Amino acid sequence: MSIDKDKIKHTAKLARISFDEKQIESLSKDLSNIFNFIEKLNKINTENIKPLTSILDHTLRSREDKITDGGIRNKILENAPNKNEEFFIVPKVIE
Amino acid sequence: MSDLTNSSLTELVDLIKKKEIKSEEVTNAYIDNVKKSKKLNSFITETLDLALSKAKNFDQKPNFNGLLSGVPLAVKDLFCTRGIKTTAGSKMLENFIPNYESTVTNNLWSEGAFLLGKLNCDEYAMGSSNETSFFGNVINPIKENTVPGGSSGGSASALAANLTPATIGTDTGGSIRQPASFTGTVGLKPTYGLCSRWGIVAFASSLDQAGPMTKTVSDCALMLEAMSGFDPKDSTSIDKKKEHYSKKLSKNIKGLKIGIPKEYRVDGMPNVIEELWEKGKKVLKEEGAEIIDISLPHTEYALPVYYIVAPAEASSNLARYDGVKYGYRSSKGSNLIEMYENTRSEGFGDEVKRRILIGTYVLSSGYYDAYYLKAQKVRQLIKNDFDKVFVKVDAILTPSTPSTAFKIGEKKNDPISMYLNDIFTVPTNLAGIPAMSIPAGHDENNLPLGLQLIGKPLGEQTLLNLALSMESKINIKQYITKWWEK
Repeated sequence: MSIDKDKIKHTAKLARISFDEKQIESLSKDLSNIFNFIEKLNKINTENIKPLTSILDHTLRSREDKITDGGIRNKILENAPNKNEEFFIVPKVIE
Repeated sequence: MSDLTNSSLTELVDLIKKKEIKSEEVTNAYIDNVKKSKKLNSFITETLDLALSKAKNFDQKPNFNGLLSGVPLAVKDLFCTRGIKTTAGSKMLENFIPNYESTVTNNLWSEGAFLLGKLNCDEYAMGSSNETSFFGNVINPIKENTVPGGSSGGSASALAANLTPATIGTDTGGSIRQPASFTGTVGLKPTYGLCSRWGIVAFASSLDQAGPMTKTVSDCALMLEAMSGFDPKDSTSIDKKKEHYSKKLSKNIKGLKIGIPKEYRVDGMPNVIEELWEKGKKVLKEEGAEIIDISLPHTEYALPVYYIVAPAEASSNLARYDGVKYGYRSSKGSNLIEMYENTRSEGFGDEVKRRILIGTYVLSSGYYDAYYLKAQKVRQLIKNDFDKVFVKVDAILTPSTPSTAFKIGEKKNDPISMYLNDIFTVPTNLAGIPAMSIPAGHDENNLPLGLQLIGKPLGEQTLLNLALSMESKINIKQYITKWWEK
């Protein structure tokens, strides 16, 4: 299967990554090769096979509804590239 | 005294506990080696002063009750370490300093070990040669210009070069076992859920598993015992009592049934690997195990499934790197969306971007059923193959890799040929079962080769016992000349 440049551009937009034309060209080639390799899966009939969603037998544990964490705003903000005392700072979103 | 760093981890801990050597002596011996080994590029961050002060503290107030009393350990830079830079081999996290500690490293420190440094790896653990790291290639100490494998390449290189007595890696599709095979070391990927994923930078959450990388099988048992255990902070952690692998370690493998899957005999595999596999079978037979031919019919589909499931989960996990909460932020862009796009474009390397795109594509509207759902169904068939076989056998023996370590740059521009490296290791990640690589021989260029033992869910003890028995019969001498110190 070929993944053309338009598909790459659309997917890149969804993934929020910008690429230049040269990169898009080379990605289109790489991804086409990779998807040709993946196509092999179409050879197998998977009708009536349940998808494997977890390799563990147990269902996910739930814990008691009790607060175990919190009050760590400063710790959360510690590594932010741009912040003030209370918030993350981002480029203006609303005009 | 002879060079302490030639000792195994088990020997070092014994010597420290018998008060024959001090933690400081051990630590200094490794620090000397680390300082002389910059050429290998196996460390991203060295914490040598910190290690020395920890060693001195230990000697002043020794506690001999830990499994790892008084030993310094360097770990893969994918494990978050409190107050110490954790990069995942990426520019995105070049200056990230976590204010928390991963459960697995915390477990090691609770047993008396302390940090020596953070080891290089492929960016976000995506790679099989350690060539995708933002911090540069790692060199295989066995041979100049040769890759150490990946993604835990820095771990394997540092271990083989005696820069750490043991280490830990993570394995999503072979990232512990393949570099172990390439460097003549022991590497174990545990059952999914045996070691907590909490505090490990995530790649593909349903596949990622941390495990030990060591020089000997006994060391492997010791490290696994120290690092494993239930953790309420990881919802997929298995809630069971801690196993005492090192105490239960035994060479007695009489009567164990070992499966040989015919599908692992792939086209173009070098003769020397075939011969090695035969040698492994012979040794196990001599030790009293029974060899049984088996079939795992869906093996050929494991890689295509992996290259849907792993990128899909990666694209979702890596969505968090948006330049807002932590990590790199681009200074370019006039609005929020442009800031995101530039941050991710500048912060991620090529292989990571390639996998994010694959993952985003297979999960995007209209393609989900054809790719992701299909892959999850075939993943079920692959797991069923193992379930069926494990009714008849206790473990499976295969080669670890289809080739020995290759030259730096040799496969860099061909993603598919790079991905084929993981052909023997990926199926066990998909099935969530344990597997380990042990050194078993060399090719005609003296490059190491490994054999892989695959076990039942939670069958780590059986694997370790089989490996111990094989290790005692296959005595592998490594040809390391320390060329990099010149």
